[in-house]
This record gives sequence, C-alpha cells and structure tokens, in this order.
Amino acid sequence: MSDTAKNGLSRYITAKDVKRSAIMAVWFMFLTFPIMVIKVNTVTDTVEWRWFNMLIIGVASFILSHVWKLMIDRREGRMADAVSSSVIVEKKTLRDRMEEKPMIKKVGSLVILVIAVLFPIVTGMYQTSIMITALLYVVLALGLNIIVGLGGLLVLGYIVFYGVGAYTYALLNYHFGLNFWLALPLGGIFAMIIGILIAIPVLRLRGDYLAIVTLAFGEIFRIVMENWNGLSFGPSGIANIPRPTLFGLDFSIQQSTTLTYYVIVIFVIITIFIVRRLEDSRLGRAWVAMREDEIAGEAMGIDMWKTKLAAFALSTFWAGVAGVIFAGKTTFINPASFTMWESILVLCMVVLGGMGSIPGVISGALIITLLPEYLRAFSELRMLIFGAVLVLVMVFKPEGMIPAIRQKYEFKGITGNKNKGDK
Amino acid sequence: MLKIEKLETYYGNIQALKGIDIEVSEGEIVTLIGANGAGKTTTLMSISGVVPPRSGKILLNGEDITGKAPDEIVPMGLIQVPEGRRIFPDLTVSENLDMGAFLRKDDAQIKRDVEYVFELFPILSERRNQRGGTLSGGEQQMLAISRALMAKPRILLLDEPSLGLAPIIVQQIFDIVKKINEEQKTTVFLVEQNANLALKTAHKGYVMETGRITMADTCENLLKNDEVQKAYLGM
Ligand SMILES: Nc1ncnc2c1ncn2[C@@H]1O[C@H](COP(=O)(O)OP(=O)(O)OP(=O)(O)O)[C@@H](O)[C@H]1O
Ligand SMILES: [Mg+2]
Repeated sequence: MSDTAKNGLSRYITAKDVKRSAIMAVWFMFLTFPIMVIKVNTVTDTVEWRWFNMLIIGVASFILSHVWKLMIDRREGRMADAVSSSVIVEKKTLRDRMEEKPMIKKVGSLVILVIAVLFPIVTGMYQTSIMITALLYVVLALGLNIIVGLGGLLVLGYIVFYGVGAYTYALLNYHFGLNFWLALPLGGIFAMIIGILIAIPVLRLRGDYLAIVTLAFGEIFRIVMENWNGLSFGPSGIANIPRPTLFGLDFSIQQSTTLTYYVIVIFVIITIFIVRRLEDSRLGRAWVAMREDEIAGEAMGIDMWKTKLAAFALSTFWAGVAGVIFAGKTTFINPASFTMWESILVLCMVVLGGMGSIPGVISGALIITLLPEYLRAFSELRMLIFGAVLVLVMVFKPEGMIPAIRQKYEFKGITGNKNKGDK
Repeated sequence: MLKIEKLETYYGNIQALKGIDIEVSEGEIVTLIGANGAGKTTTLMSISGVVPPRSGKILLNGEDITGKAPDEIVPMGLIQVPEGRRIFPDLTVSENLDMGAFLRKDDAQIKRDVEYVFELFPILSERRNQRGGTLSGGEQQMLAISRALMAKPRILLLDEPSLGLAPIIVQQIFDIVKKINEEQKTTVFLVEQNANLALKTAHKGYVMETGRITMADTCENLLKNDEVQKAYLGM
C-alpha cells in the first residue's frame, strides 16, 4: 500500500503550491513591514526605507513556506500509511531498540549520571547555577506530570505549591531559624496540605473547569502574598534566606551552590524513581482508568475520589520541596517569582516533552529552561526562536518530543508470552 | 437478591425517579423497559452508587447498600455495564479486561476468567492486543460485558446493550447473556429499549414511564399485554 513516491521530495511542486507560497510571502512582507523596512532615525529625524530587507523576507518566507508544506505532506503521508495498513507494523524507534538492549540503557544512564556529577566541577559557578534552575523545573515538570500526564486532569496554577514550599522555608527560617534540611520535608508537606485543601472542593470538576478554577487559585495566592504584608512582607519579599550548608559549617557561595546542585540532582533521581514506581503500581493503574474514562473506572469499583486526591497530594508535595530548594538557592523570594506565566511554562514543559513520559518531560523542562538561556547571544530574537521551536514541535510531534510508551498493564497470563519491558 | 423500595433520585431539582419498587430474585434475568428519558439509566446509576439516591432503599442480599460508593458495592458482586459501553479507548482488549479485575487479587483465577470470556467471545481473543477505541460497536459491547464479568459479578446490570447495533449482533449478545445466566448462575438486570428481544430473553419485566414503574409482570404476560404491544412492540 505504501508507495514512497507520493510522499517525500519526489513530489511535484504544483502551480497551486507556488501561488500559496507567493501569497504567504506577500503576507509576511506586509506583516514585517513596520519593523523590518521602516526605520526612523531619531537624530536626523529622517525615515530610512530598507527595501532590501523586504526582499529578503519575501524570498525567505517563499522558500520556508515550501519546506513547511513538504514536511506537512510527508507527515500526513506517513500517517495515512499507518492507517491504511491493516496490520499495524510498528516502526522501531531508537527507544524501542534501547528497550530491547538493556545494556545500552544502563550505560546511557551511567554516562548521564557521570556527566551530572562532574558538571559543577568542570564548569563554573554560573553554569552550575543555571543548571540548578533547570533541574528545579525538571522536578516541577515531573510533579505536574503526575496530575496532568498520568491522571489526565488539567491543572493550571501549579506554581502556587512551589511558592508555598519557598515561603514555608523563608518564613520558618525568619521566625524560628529553621534550617534548610528540616524545611525540605516541611515545605513538601505544607504544599501537600494546601494542595489537598484546594483539591477537595474542585475534585468534582473536570477539564476546562478544573483548569480555570486552579488558575484562579494561582492568582489568589499571588495576590494574597502581595498584599498580606504581615505574613509575607508583600512585594518586597523576604531576603537573606540562608543557603544550604552541611554540619553547621560556614560555606562560601560557591560551595553552597555546588551543594544545592547535588541536592537537586539527588532529588531528581529520587523523583524519577518514585514516579516510575507509581506508574507501575495499583494507583498508577487507577490513574490510567481515570484518564481514560472516569465513569467506567468507577463502575469497575475504583475509588475515583481517592485516586484524584492521591494525584493532587503527590504532585503538590514535589512542588513544595522544589520550592524550598529554590528559596535556598536564590536567598530572596517575592510573589513575582510565582506568577501565572511560571505555571504555564511548567505546563508547556509537560506537553512539549510528552505527557506521561518521564524522559519526555525531563527533556521538555531542560529545553524550555536552557534554550532561552543559551540563546542570549541572539538577544533580540531569543523569544522569537523559542516560540518558533514550540510551534514546530507541536506541529510535527503533537504527542510531545518523546511520547509516553503506553504502559502495559497485563497479567502475565493474559498475553502469555509477552513480557513487560524491564523497569 | 436485589430489592429496591420507593427509590427517589434527583438531578438538582429535577426528580428523575419518583419512588420505584423493583425486585430481582437470585438466578433470574429481569428486564426494565421504557422510552427515552424514562429514567432507566438513572435507576442503574442509583443502584450502583454512581448517582446517589435521595430517598428509598436498596437492599443487596438483605444488606442495605443505599448511598454506598461504587468501590464498596463492586466487591459485593454488583457490577454495572454502563450505557454507551465506555471502553477505555487507549487500552488494549487485554488491558481493558485487566481493569475489570481491578479489585481482585486472585491472579490464577483471573487468568481462568480471561480464558472464559475469550471462550464466550472468541472475536475478543483475536483482538486481544488491539486498542479498545478501534473496535467495532459490537465488539466494544462484548468487551464491556466481558470487562464486567472480570469483576466476578453475582448480579450484572446491563444498560442498553443493544444500543446502535445490528439485529444479528444484538441477538448474539443476548444469547450470550442468557448463557452467562445459565452457566454462571449470574443474576442479570437488563435495561433495554429493544422491548421485544428483552422480553423474550428475560423472565420478569418492569415497564417504566417518566420516573415511575407502570407495569410489572412475567415477560410472557407482558408480551401478551395490549398496552405493551401498542407502546413498545409496535403492534
Ligand atoms: N446528569 C443529569 N443531569 C440532569 N438531568 C439528567 C441527567 N441525567 C439524566 N437526566 C434526566 O433524567 C431523566 C431520566 O434520564 P435517564 O438517562 O435515566 O433516561 P433513560 O430511561 O436511560 O433514557 P434512554 O433510554 O434515552 O437512555 C431525563 O429526563 C434526563 O434528562
Ligand atoms: Mg439510558
């Protein structure tokens, strides 16, 4: 059924395509006219007309439009092939091959681990600090993934729980001198309690409604923190939060940063391990049922209420712990760190990386945090490139960069010879 | 086995069930027929605990289960096949069956039960690794029933298994429901719009109109009844 001639480069470019691309080019020339062509010289009060720029944009959009069309066609061709072949021949991806050879997987994990351990030693403090931020987002994304990816509940305003963790450490330290290590679990527990309190009234909601309500809670948190000066010191925030140290020793900033880095690395590893375990557990199965069809799950005797609450509780715990580490890293927090934009960014990481997929979510988080960082060289175009990358990934890989492998929940008896990939 | 007394259920201010009485004895197939919107689905949802009733009583083997949650009722052997099948679309046939056995831990027996449902519906065995969402309507209904069987029901509640299916498939499914009833001694409470076939399959029947039971009799008598013939059998 599949003939490769119809997709791919051998496809003829028709007059219609040319027309389409030409229209596209004109449209882009028009759109970019004010910024790319007109330039007002404020010193001499004259207007420069940079017509050459317009030409470049026209040609570039014409070519890009063709490339775009070709890629879309190829993708659709592939999908059509997949649908038309009645026997589903599964293509082996790199990852499938990795699953087959656990050796590669083990060696790969080891290499990543070694790189992670050596990172702060090889690179400087600046890089380490960036990496800490990136890893904090990895933890946040993995945490949100529990609700969104595994549980199938759309929650915005997740950053609230990160904020709760951060404020827990900052305030307990300010008032009672509590140290970082004690704050770590407390921040998680506090965030979890708030998470459960918020979850109870909203658990009856689904989909868009849940998203809107949690979004509202996110804003309420920020507004309360900005205005309740007695508690949170308002927009001026809390400064001089101590960095983590060991055994009561005095650490230099560099030493503290390195320590924070290792703390977050260990925490990422623990997170991955626990999320893996959760996926394979009964609770994980209940989440699958909840995501797929809540009423059917209920009819099978799954307690949906507990299942949802568990997703909320676990997910918010991670955010809380990450918040404590954040406060310890920056030594200063104020409500501006916990805006809606942050919540949306974390959600982007989960969706872009691949909902429910641990490697996907991790790479989503790393790319979204590190890409803008390393694009600083292109300062002006930074956000533009970033946006373009997001759009491209969503068009060509709508299930995320590394989609979840569908978990196989089968008793050995049902399928007989098929084993579950080793975990 | 199942006894319902003066059951009243509301959706907000709308009263969907206006005090109904139903009795299902052990080993029987009992059917509940009625027009669209009569409240048949609501009756099932109330029994299985998905939509809690406002008043009245539901007794399962003498035990009061009114207001209990589904996760408490399912282990007691009362399983519902919801209206519209509600297969888990992204899970394979085997995985769907496995979800049906969610509350069970007797792996060996579960394995045998899987073999049993594959015997009942050989087509499912062929499709065991196919995703539920890609099955045909008939196959999905078979899977929905099989999934419920995996929970080891002593009483099975079926909500319109004939919905949107070709007559030949409907006949096949009803035959198997009968078979399950005979072989496994599973009591069946069958909600149907297809009154003709339902009354021919079941032992006893109830007729429901806008939240009330208007008739209750053996199926034989109901099939002969003038009003039933006119309103539900199109004669
Ligand atoms: N979730 C709900 N919220 C509000 N009203 C509802 C809800 N579900 C059902 N109803 C109402 O309750 C009444 C009974 O509905 P029910 O679904 O029980 O009918 P039914 O007999 O199963 O109909 P059908 O044969 O079409 O499935 C209807 O008037 C319906 O509009
Ligand atoms: Mg109905």
